[in-house]
Amino acid sequence: MSQPIRYSFGADEHLFAEVSDSMSLEAFFRGMAITRALEKLELEGVLDICLANASFQVRFDPDRIAPQALLEAVKAVEEKAVAERRIQTRIIEVPVLYNDPWTHETLMRFRDRHQDPSATDLEYAARINGLADVEAFIQAHSGAPWFVSMVGFVAGLPFMFQMVERERQLQVPKYLRPRTDTPKLTLGHGGCFGCIYSVRGAGGYQMFGVTPAPIYDPAQSLAYLKEHMVFFRPGDIVQFKPIDRASYDQAVAEVEAGTFDLRIRPVEFSLDAFLADPQGYPKTLQEVLA
Amino acid sequence: MIKVLKPGLATSVQDLGREGYYHLGIPPSGALDQYALSAANCLVGNPAGAAALECTLLGPELEFTVDALVAVSGAHMAARLDGVQMPHDTAFAVCAGQVLRFDFPKIGARTYIAVAGGIDVPLVLGSRSTYALGALGGYQGRRLAAGDELPIGEPSGQGKVGASLPMALRQALGGEIELRVVPGLYYDRLLPTAAKSFFAEPWTVGSEADRIGYRFKGGSALQFQPREQPFGAGSDPSNIVDSCYPIGSIQVPAGLEPIVLHRDAVSGGYAMIGTVISADLDLIGQMQPNQKAHFVEVSLEDALLARQHYKKKLKRMSELFLS
Repeated sequence: MSQPIRYSFGADEHLFAEVSDSMSLEAFFRGMAITRALEKLELEGVLDICLANASFQVRFDPDRIAPQALLEAVKAVEEKAVAERRIQTRIIEVPVLYNDPWTHETLMRFRDRHQDPSATDLEYAARINGLADVEAFIQAHSGAPWFVSMVGFVAGLPFMFQMVERERQLQVPKYLRPRTDTPKLTLGHGGCFGCIYSVRGAGGYQMFGVTPAPIYDPAQSLAYLKEHMVFFRPGDIVQFKPIDRASYDQAVAEVEAGTFDLRIRPVEFSLDAFLADPQGYPKTLQEVLA
Repeated sequence: MIKVLKPGLATSVQDLGREGYYHLGIPPSGALDQYALSAANCLVGNPAGAAALECTLLGPELEFTVDALVAVSGAHMAARLDGVQMPHDTAFAVCAGQVLRFDFPKIGARTYIAVAGGIDVPLVLGSRSTYALGALGGYQGRRLAAGDELPIGEPSGQGKVGASLPMALRQALGGEIELRVVPGLYYDRLLPTAAKSFFAEPWTVGSEADRIGYRFKGGSALQFQPREQPFGAGSDPSNIVDSCYPIGSIQVPAGLEPIVLHRDAVSGGYAMIGTVISADLDLIGQMQPNQKAHFVEVSLEDALLARQHYKKKLKRMSELFLS
């Protein structure tokens, strides 16, 4: 049986719920089931339901719903919401230019804030994860799909958790001191989480590459951003595809022309099928993109 | 229209903020001092939540191309219209061609300039507030710059020159501030000695203080209980698996300096030890670097009572001017 959810009020406008103090797909699925059921209730006075990796938070207006009434409603949902073991979602192929010149320039600029000033972020990540070289690291990074387990930090930034057994999770510490700059659309990694920096700005995650695909755009210029300026949702599945400089440049030209599109396919994910065959099952998801 | 001759240090268009997009990483934004924004609006006959200018520490220089009714509330930076000082918390007339400038703030950090009709930038996700990190809302998604031209909306006609905020409804700014905090979230992860010193010792606002958060310094380091860190939580005892942060929540990276998050908050992986109550968030937005503060422990019930009191004051204000 999973540990009980720990609730705590963030003063008079927030209810915080820690599903688990450690990260796992089980914890994420449980949080997703509860927040989805909570959304359906459309409780008066609930302003925002924020799902995070292994926790969630409800922002509310206490003039319209009493904190205790909200807590009771959430607990009732928790009792009833059996974590869905199967979700209908989408898989998205995200092209990545690993080892690109822009993140390289940036990481060199902030070398004094890094654990290993003599190596690049990729070289460092490969070494501490016991991989032979950068090539092997890129292969591991793009070899299995990732779950979007949270959208946050700044506008539309996805946190991603790779679909592999815990022993194979790529883990790297954040920079010793955060950078004041990160190129837009940088592929980052901190702890066990990958991310895509939706906008240029400060950041502490290791930098591995860039994608040409915008994922946040208030102007909503591209087809896949027409529905919402924020592309990713928790529960999305991401498959990275390494590309070369020529393909990257071409994609950027398409973005500028407004013709760029992402490969997106509907897919069903089964947690039990994954847990039963963590190496084989993700391959069946990848095949949906073929 | 209002022409921006000089933008000031960090001037942006703000209203009361946008709700419902924090789960996509888009925080509420809006005026850090919601009371002062509401006051300036009421004085010129706007709804309390109309879009106005939030000016931080150094005010802008603005040229009006049309006649307008203007009010200035919040931090005391003397407003000078063509050199003549205008009263604070009071509506005054501006004629086309006149220029409004500001002195350095004597007390407080954020001044709100409301103009009858409001700043007429487009609504984005239900609000005109600027969220600069996401280049969203406000005037082109950013702080104002020299040369910007701000459109003014249609005035309600309810504003009157000389309308003034009664003393009982004015804010006390400056001095040593008490910030009421409901402990919780990951509070129990602090060592008891740290939990005690956090509330007992005085803190001062550091230089990193902006719309995202306010960093405090001067108190003792706050030690967390040593533990074996759970998978995915990061290596420092102050780390947690990345989560959402309540607006007003207090985190202490590496146990060194507490940061209180405000309305442009991010999310992240530091344990929160409590949350500043909603009625006191305005006070933070008016704190200058080096100003002193005490954190005061209160219960959730206390927070709700303080909120009722705060809301009553707001209601009296809007009834007074917008009946």
